[in-house]
Amino acid sequence: MSGPNAAPQPGPPLWLLAELTYRCPLHCAFCYNPVDFATSGPELSTDDWLRVLREARAAGSVQCGFSGGEPMQRDDLEVLVAEAHRLGFYTNLLTSGVGLTPERAAALKAAGLDHIQLSFQDSTRELNDFLSHTRTFDLKQRVAAMIKDNGWPMVMNCVIHRLNIDYIDRIIEMAVELGAEYLELANNQYYSWALLNRDQLLPTREQLERAERITNEYREKYGDRIRIFFVVPDYYETRPKKCMNGWGNVFLTVTPDGTALPCHTAKMLPGLAFPNVREMGVREIWYESEGFNRYRGDGWMKEPCRTCPEKEKDLGGCRCQAWMLAGDPAAADPVCDKSPAHHLVTEALARAERGEGTAMPLVFRDPAASRRLAAGEG
Amino acid sequence: MSAAEPGPRVSRRFRLQWEEAQNAWVLLYPEGMVKLNQSAGEILRRCDGSRTEAAIVAELEDAFGASGLADDVANFLAMARAQQWIET
Ligand code: SF4
Ligand code: SF4
Repeated sequence: MSGPNAAPQPGPPLWLLAELTYRCPLHCAFCYNPVDFATSGPELSTDDWLRVLREARAAGSVQCGFSGGEPMQRDDLEVLVAEAHRLGFYTNLLTSGVGLTPERAAALKAAGLDHIQLSFQDSTRELNDFLSHTRTFDLKQRVAAMIKDNGWPMVMNCVIHRLNIDYIDRIIEMAVELGAEYLELANNQYYSWALLNRDQLLPTREQLERAERITNEYREKYGDRIRIFFVVPDYYETRPKKCMNGWGNVFLTVTPDGTALPCHTAKMLPGLAFPNVREMGVREIWYESEGFNRYRGDGWMKEPCRTCPEKEKDLGGCRCQAWMLAGDPAAADPVCDKSPAHHLVTEALARAERGEGTAMPLVFRDPAASRRLAAGEG
Repeated sequence: MSAAEPGPRVSRRFRLQWEEAQNAWVLLYPEGMVKLNQSAGEILRRCDGSRTEAAIVAELEDAFGASGLADDVANFLAMARAQQWIET
C-alpha cells in the first residue's frame, strides 16, 4: 500500500460475532436486529458455520460471540460451540435465556462454552413483560441459577432506557441477588428498532444523572462483589464513540444469511457491497473486500473530521449514525458537536425533555412489523 | 489457590493462551482480551500453582541467561495480583 491516505494493514479480526439466527421469541422495542430482518435470506447451515469458525480462527480470531436473534433457537448451537472451543476460541453466548434448559446448559458446558451473558429487559415482572412482550422474568431467575450451577462467570446485561431507568436501583439489587459478578447497564443506542422508538426510549438528562448517581452509590456499597458498567447513551456526549474500536479493526460480524459486516448494523449503509461467507473466505473478506476497506483508517474522511486534531481518538464516530442522522455515511457522527448535523441530536434531546412523542405506541420487534417496514409501509 | 500449591496460579476467571496470529500470550476473559508483552507472558505461563515465586525467577534467569530478575518478577506479580489475573 502507498499514498498518504492508504490505511495501514489492519491486524487480525480478533472478534468474531456469529449472529446465528434472527429468530427470537421476544419482541424487544429496542432490538438491535435490522428492522427488515424478516426479509433476510436463508440461514447458514451447520457446515457453513463450521467453515466460518475455522477460517476466522486461522485468520487470527480469538473471541467468538454466538448471538442472534436468540441463538438458543439453533439446535446445532452445541456443535458450533464445541468446534469453536476445539479451535481455541474463547466462546461467549449472548442470550435472553429463552430455550436454555438444564440439559442444554450441561451440553454447552461439556462442549466447552466459556461464558454466558444473560440479558435482562428489566427487574420487575410488569415492566419486563411489557418491554419484552412475553413472560420471561421467572425464566431468567432459573437461567441465572443454571449459569451459577455450571460454574460460568455470571455476567448480566440490561438495556437501559426511559421506561426502566427510574428502576435502576431494583435492577442492580436483583443482579446482586442473582449472584451477578458483572452487570452491564447499557443505555440504549439508537439504531434499528430503538431508532423507530426513540421518542419513547430516550431518557431525560435528569433521569440519566439520577441513574448514574444511584449506580455510583451501589458501586460503593458492593465494591468488588459486583462490577457495574454504566454505558452512557452517546446522544448525551459531545464526542462520538470510537465505533467498533475502528471500522474493520477488530470486529467481524457474520449475519444469519452469511453477510460479513464490520459491525452488526453496517448493512444499512448505502452504496457498499458486503461479501458473503458463502462466496468468499474470511481472510479475503477481512483484508481485500471493498466493504471492509471503505472506512478503514481516515482517508475517507470529510471536514470537519479530516483536519480535526482528535480524529485518531474516535475516527469520526459511527458510520451508521452518520448515515441515519446526517444522510451521509462519510460525514462526522452527528453526536459530535463539531458536526453540522449535531442539532439533530440536540433536538432529539429537547424532545425527550418535553416528553414529546412518548404517548405514541411502541413498535415491537416482530416479523409482521418487520415485513411492513421492509415494504416501506412504516 | 489450594493449600497444597506453593506458588501463584492464573485465576480461573482468565485463560492464558499463546496466539500465533498476534505472536503473543494473551489473557482471555468474558468478551475481552489482554495482550501480554513478552516478559509478562513468560512469567504468567509459569504461574500454574506448582512453582514458587523463587522457582519462577530461577527458571527465567536460566532461560534468558539473565540475573537479578527477582524485583521485576515481584513487581509484575504484584500488578497481576491487583488485576486479579493470578491467585495466591
Ligand atoms: S433484543 Fe430482544 S427481540 Fe431482539 S434479538 Fe435480543 S432478545 Fe430478541
Ligand atoms: S470532528 Fe470528527 S474526528 Fe473530530 S471529534 Fe468530531 S467526529 Fe471526531
